[in-house]
Amino acid sequence: MSLLVITVGLFSLGLYGVLTRRDLVAILASIEVMLGSATLLLVGLAAAGTPVGAHEGAVEATGVMVIVLAAAEAAVGLALVISVARRFKTTRVDELAEVKG
Amino acid sequence: MSGFLDSGWSVVMLPLALAVVVAVSGRLLGRLTPAVAIVAPVWVLAYGALSLVEGVHGSARADSVEWLTIGGAGGLTVGWAVDGLTAVMLVVVGLVAALVVMFSAGYMHGENGLPRYYAALCLFTAAMSMLVVADGLVGLFIGWELVGTCSYLLIGFWFTRPAAAKAAVKAFLTTRVGDVGLLLALALLWREVGDLSYSAVFAAAPSLAPGIVTAASLLLLVGAVGKSAQFPLQIWLPDAMEGPTTVSALIHAATMVAAGVFLVARAWPLFSLSSEALAVTLAIGGVTAVGAAAAALVQSDIKKVLAYSTISQLGFMFAALGVGAWGAAIFHLVTHAAFKALLFLGSGSVIHGSGTQELEEMGGLFRKMPVTGTTWLIGAGALAGLPPLAGFFSKDEILHDVAGAEPMWAAILFGASLMTAFYIARTTRLAFFDVYRGSGHPHEGGWSMRIPLIILAAFAGGLGFAAASVADVVGAHQGSLDLRIALASTLFAVAGLLAGWKVAGIDHPAFARPSFERLASLMRTGWGADTLVERAVLSPVIGVSRVLYDFVDRRVVDGIAEGAAPGARGLGRVFTSLQSGDAQWYATMLGAGAVALLALVSYVGRGL
Repeated sequence: MSLLVITVGLFSLGLYGVLTRRDLVAILASIEVMLGSATLLLVGLAAAGTPVGAHEGAVEATGVMVIVLAAAEAAVGLALVISVARRFKTTRVDELAEVKG
Repeated sequence: MSGFLDSGWSVVMLPLALAVVVAVSGRLLGRLTPAVAIVAPVWVLAYGALSLVEGVHGSARADSVEWLTIGGAGGLTVGWAVDGLTAVMLVVVGLVAALVVMFSAGYMHGENGLPRYYAALCLFTAAMSMLVVADGLVGLFIGWELVGTCSYLLIGFWFTRPAAAKAAVKAFLTTRVGDVGLLLALALLWREVGDLSYSAVFAAAPSLAPGIVTAASLLLLVGAVGKSAQFPLQIWLPDAMEGPTTVSALIHAATMVAAGVFLVARAWPLFSLSSEALAVTLAIGGVTAVGAAAAALVQSDIKKVLAYSTISQLGFMFAALGVGAWGAAIFHLVTHAAFKALLFLGSGSVIHGSGTQELEEMGGLFRKMPVTGTTWLIGAGALAGLPPLAGFFSKDEILHDVAGAEPMWAAILFGASLMTAFYIARTTRLAFFDVYRGSGHPHEGGWSMRIPLIILAAFAGGLGFAAASVADVVGAHQGSLDLRIALASTLFAVAGLLAGWKVAGIDHPAFARPSFERLASLMRTGWGADTLVERAVLSPVIGVSRVLYDFVDRRVVDGIAEGAAPGARGLGRVFTSLQSGDAQWYATMLGAGAVALLALVSYVGRGL
C-alpha cells in the first residue's frame, strides 16, 4: 500500500513539474522523475513476487527496459534542447509557442 | 392487321417517341416538323379506326404489366384494354389531333418555339391515348396528369405574355383541385378493393358498402368536374383561351376537357350504384349548362364565346350522365368534338385572317373568307341543334333522356339550348355578316387550314346519322328519337337563332339600360366566379401565406439561417482561445481528461 502511495506521489510530482515548469531542461528532469516512479513501482512489484500468469523475471525485465528508455529519452531530449536553444536563443516553452489558433 | 391491333401500347409509345424526336431535332426538321408530328395522331386514329372495323365488343384485346409492388398488399398493374368506348375515343382524339396539327402548319407558321409546340402536341396525343386505353384507374391517372401538364405547357406557349403565363398556372392549379379528388378516389378504392383495374373495381362494386360507393363516385366526380371545367371549377377554361387557338380546339374543346365525361362513363358501373352521386352529377351538369350558356351570351371575344359554349355543352353531357344516359353523353362528346373543334379552328382562321379576336372588329367576313364562313355555319348549326346536323341528334338524345327522368332539369336544359342558339347566332352575325368594321385585310388561310375545316364540317354535318352505330359500339342503349322532343328542341333552336340574329343586328338598345348592363357585365365575367374565388379562396390563402412568410420564414427559418454564421463565429472564438499553442496547457487538459475518464470508468465499473 505504501509502495503505491509513494510511486503515485512521485509520478504526480513529476507530472506537476512537466505541466508547470517553463524551462525545457526542467521539464525533461520532471519526465525523468515520472519514469523513475514507474521503475520504482515495477521493482516494488517484483519484490512482492511474480504475478500470476507472468513469466519468471518479466517484471524485472520491464523495469530494466524503462531505465534504458529513460536514458535514451534523456539523450534525445537534451540534444533537442540544445538544438532549440541554438535556433531560438531560449529554452522557455512559453516563448517558444508558435502554433496558435 | 391483328398484330397491329395487339400492340396497344403503341398508341402511347409512338406519340411519346415522336414527342422526343420532335423536341430534340425540331430545328433540324424545320418546315417538316408538322409532317413528322402528324404521324402520332394518325397512328392513333388508324389504331382506333381499325379496332372499330374489327369490332371490339367486350374488350377482346388487353395486356398489362406489373408496375409497383406495395408491401404484401399486391401490386399496381398498368395495362391497356381496347373496347368500343376506347376505340371511339381513340378515333376522336386521333382525328382531331391530326387535323389540328395540319391546321397548325398554316396557323402557327413563323412562330418561335415551334419544336416545343409540336412536341407538346405529340406528348398530349400520347397522354390522351394513355388515358383512354388504360385498363385501370392507375393508367388513367397517369394519362390524366400528363394531359394536364400538356395543357399547362400549351396554354403557356406564349409564355412571355404575362396573361398567358398566368392563365397556364390558373388552369393547372384549378384542375389540380379536381385531381386531388381523383387521387383520393383511387386511394379509397385501393383500400376497399385492393386492385385498381376497372374489371376488379367494377366486379367488387356491388359488394361494397353504399357509403363507400357514393364516396368513391363523388371523389371521381370531383376529378371529372375539375378536368371538364364544370361548376364550381369552371374558372380556368375561359382563361385557357390565352393559348394558341389550335390548342383550344384540341385540348380545351374536343379531347382533354371531355376526359371528365369519359371518366364518368367509364366508371359507370360504380356510378350506377349511387343515386346520390348521379343526382349531384345531374345538378352540376344542369347548373353548368345554363350558367355557362348565359355567360356566352354577352362575350365580346370570339374565343371566349366558344369557351363558355364548351363549358355549357360539357354540362349537357354531365346532365346526361346524371340520368344514366352515358351512351348519349358519349355520343354528344363525339359530335361536340367535331363541331366545336370546327368552330374553334374556324375562329382560328378568322383570327389568322383578320388579326383580331374582338367581335367588334369583325363583320362581313363571310364574303372574304367563304370556306371558313361556310364551314362555320355548319358548325354553328350543329351547335344550335338544327336538324339534320350532328348536334341535333346528340343533344336531342340528351334532352329526351333527361326529360324522361327529371322533367325539371330538362326544362333548364331547354333554356340552355335556347341560349346556345342565341349566342351562336349573335356571334355568327357579328363575325361573318353585315359590314366589315375592322381595319385589316381579312383573307382566307392556306389549304392546310382549309382542309381540316372541310373535313370537320363533313363530320359535324353527318355524324348525327351514326348515332345507332356509336351506341352499339360503346355498348349503351340508344334512346329512340322522340318526335315531340325533337320538334320542341328544333323550335327552340330556330327561335334562339332568330333572336340572336336580331339582337346582333341592332346597336344594342336593349343592352343600354343600366339595369341590364349591370347584369350583362356580371355575366361577361362568368357570373363573377373569378372575383368570388379571389375573395373566398385566394385572400385567405394569401393571408395565411403572409403570416407564414412574416413569422415562420422571416423569423424562424431566416433566423436560423442568418444566426448560423454569428453562432459559428462565436463558437470559433471560444475554441480559438483554447488553442493557445501552449503545449503544457494541452498536456494539462490531456491529463485532466485522462483523470476524468478514469473516474468515469471506475464509477461505471464499480459493481463489476
